[in-house]
Amino acid sequence: MAKPEPVNQMKCTFPSCSVNEALARSVAASFAAQLNPTCEEVSDIKCAVSEAVTNAIVHGYRDSIGEIVMVLKLESDRTFTAEIRDRGVGIPNVEEAMRPLFTTDPENERSGMGFTIIENFMDSLRVVSSPGKGTRVIMKKKLSMLPLRK
Amino acid sequence: MTTAEKTLKSAMKGRTLIIWLDGDIDHHSARELRSRIDTKVFIQRPDELILDLSRVCFMDSSGLGLILGRYAKAAELGIRFKVANPTPEISRILDLAGTQRLIKIENASLRTV
Repeated sequence: MAKPEPVNQMKCTFPSCSVNEALARSVAASFAAQLNPTCEEVSDIKCAVSEAVTNAIVHGYRDSIGEIVMVLKLESDRTFTAEIRDRGVGIPNVEEAMRPLFTTDPENERSGMGFTIIENFMDSLRVVSSPGKGTRVIMKKKLSMLPLRK
Repeated sequence: MTTAEKTLKSAMKGRTLIIWLDGDIDHHSARELRSRIDTKVFIQRPDELILDLSRVCFMDSSGLGLILGRYAKAAELGIRFKVANPTPEISRILDLAGTQRLIKIENASLRTV
C-alpha cells in the first residue's frame, strides 16, 4: 500500500493560560472537521487534546506561564495527528506518569486519568519528555472511512 | 461562556439538593465550579446531593476530579451522593475511571428549575 501523504497541516502557539484549554480543543475539532469525522470521533479528539493541553498548563508550566505549541496534521489515509509541546519542567518518569490514577497533584483534585483517557480515545499516544526541557505529546487517530472533502 | 461564569441552577427537594451542571467542565472551569457547589452544600446542608450532568456539553478528566472530589466531600459530611443523567460521552469517561464502583449513577428525569 502507498505511504500516506500529508493532506493538511497547521501549527498554533498560545500561552499556558487555562482559558486556552477550550480554545485548543475547539481548534483541533474544527481542523479535524474537514475529514467528516463522526460525532464520537470529534468528542474523542476534543477530550484527548484537552487532556494534553491541561497537562502542559498544570504540570509543565505549573505556576508560570509559558508557550504551548500545537501541531495538527491530516494524512491521506484519514489519520489525524495532534502534537502538543511545552518547554516546561518535563516528566522525570513517563511510564509512571502514564499509569492510571497516578497524579502528583491530588490536593487540586487531579484525577490522574489524563493519559489513560488519551490512550483510550485515540489509536496511539507517544510521550517524549526530558526533565528541565519540556514534553511532547503525540497522539494519532485514524478516522472512519468516508471520502475526504475536496 | 463557561459554566463557572453562570449561576448554577439548583433546587432543594425535601432533603435532597439537586444541582444542574452545564456547559464545559474542564480544568479552567472546575475550580470555580467546585467552590460554588461546596458553598451551596454548606448553606443547604442536605441529606443527599445529586449532580445532574444532562446539560454538560464537554467534560474531561478535570470533571472526573470534580465529581470524585464532591463524592469525597459528601462522604466526609455524611451526605449521600449521586450523579444523574450523564451523556454517552461523559459515561465513557466515568466508566474508564470505574466511577460506578464508588458512586451511584442514575438516569432519571429530574424536574428542572
